[in-house]
Amino acid sequence: MNAYNFAYLDEQTKRMIRRALLKGMAIPGYQVPFASREMPMPYGWGTGGVQVSAAVMTPEDCFKVIDQGADDTTNAVSIRRFFQATAGVAVTEKTAEATVIQTRHRIPERDLVEGQILVYQVPIPEPLRFLEPSEVETRKMHALEEYGLMHVKLYEDIARHGDISTSYAYPVKVEGRYVMDPSPIPKFDNPKLSMAAIQLFGAGREQRIYALPPYTEVVSLDFEDYPFQAGRADHDCDLCGADNSYLDEVITDDAGGRMFVCSDTDFCSERREAGHVGALGVEAVA
Amino acid sequence: MKDMAMTEAGLSPLLRVEGLAKRYGARIGCTEVSFDLWPGEVMGIVGESGSGKTTLLNCLAGQLAPDAGRVLFDTRGRGMVDTLTMSESERRMLGRTDWAFVHQHAQDGLRMNVSAGGNVGERLMAVGAQHYGDIRDKAIDWLDRVEIAEDRVDDRPSAFSGGMRQRLQIARNLVTGPRLVFMDEPTGGLDVSVQARLLDLLRGLVREMGLSAIIVTHDLAVVRLLADRLMVMKSGHVVETGLTDQVLDDPQHAYTQLLVSSVLQV
Repeated sequence: MNAYNFAYLDEQTKRMIRRALLKGMAIPGYQVPFASREMPMPYGWGTGGVQVSAAVMTPEDCFKVIDQGADDTTNAVSIRRFFQATAGVAVTEKTAEATVIQTRHRIPERDLVEGQILVYQVPIPEPLRFLEPSEVETRKMHALEEYGLMHVKLYEDIARHGDISTSYAYPVKVEGRYVMDPSPIPKFDNPKLSMAAIQLFGAGREQRIYALPPYTEVVSLDFEDYPFQAGRADHDCDLCGADNSYLDEVITDDAGGRMFVCSDTDFCSERREAGHVGALGVEAVA
Repeated sequence: MKDMAMTEAGLSPLLRVEGLAKRYGARIGCTEVSFDLWPGEVMGIVGESGSGKTTLLNCLAGQLAPDAGRVLFDTRGRGMVDTLTMSESERRMLGRTDWAFVHQHAQDGLRMNVSAGGNVGERLMAVGAQHYGDIRDKAIDWLDRVEIAEDRVDDRPSAFSGGMRQRLQIARNLVTGPRLVFMDEPTGGLDVSVQARLLDLLRGLVREMGLSAIIVTHDLAVVRLLADRLMVMKSGHVVETGLTDQVLDDPQHAYTQLLVSSVLQV
């Protein structure tokens, strides 16, 4: 324990990150550059999210990590262990108990409340990246609020697939000003982006931080005649029977067998403990 | 005197250029360029390679910052405004609405990985159009006007021939109904029969929409067909100006005489 400063990063670095976070909170959706540090994990594993979590964490916090909604995947387990070792904070798998939740690709099903912080791991913070390769140009477009190009992407989707086929990292407009990439969450989660908790986004390799304060207005971009639709698989969870959660499709054999289960493992197990049973589930052991 | 009379009659130039100069270090890009462009007028700028034509055009279109001079444009809201001192967002807004720029190489002016319809629609969406059906109808209408078949609307420009790309670029630029079009060698790199069709199309569109245009080219046939007025440039200086037919049929400056006489007669 004593070999590390609390939460791994030195105090000067945390101070620098907190300044970026405050600026991000003051200008919702604006990408604030910060001096991202090397972390003891590869880029793409959540180095940005880890730095943000380290900067906001206090010894009294209760920490939860999810990866695609699950608490038990490699990425989630190693980040949780990392902070157990370097900060000694309490950890949990319960969304309701956690004060800081680091996430990759999902927003928990349970509504977050005031006082909680949701930290996103972001691979590519720039929503215009694949439309306009020049970073100088995209920054200018953000500054001058020139977002016509974002609609070109949606236009192309409809022209080619008959519908807006972008299903994750669906661009949003924040408080009527900045267009933001909500990180690769499914567009099912987009309506939840206006929430009571603080949302912080960290991109380690790209060295950008952005943020959404509580109750920020977040609107998914669309066309008047092709309105935004949050999609989910047309199924109930096979384990807990939930009909309102985001589902993962799991292949169970090589003969076409499959099942749909909640991607949020905590949500699913809570429901099963409460006695809900899906089509392929078994009664919870009392 | 003549200017006064025109202003009193409620007419003012669309574009007024005063003493424009651009230097590259000690070398002259273009210098002492002044002219008025009137609504509905097409002006040609001719000269050999390196004479400063493109530098001048880029300065006028706000893509290069000139070292001296003023470029006044008759904006819709505020009358004559110096485009060099207006804010960048205003200038870029002009570039999406009242101005259009046709590049020599269509791939510079198009998004090659976006469908033809998306290319035409981009300017509409950039000024706030948010109805897919309307955007698409307008795109198809414009593709038709530049003689591109409706069933190519979802193809990418990379699947188009050079002439089609150039026509697509023109459609993309004219869709928002600009008042001033800058063209940099619009027929360069196209074979003669395609050139002829493109010129025909351009002439029709310019007359039909009452466009003002500034066309930079080294091809005298292009200006003979399109331009009302001509400006001949050499080594960054304007050496002769006048009505197109007048300049081409009765060139006064030695360089213009050389230029006109060096065109091959078939």
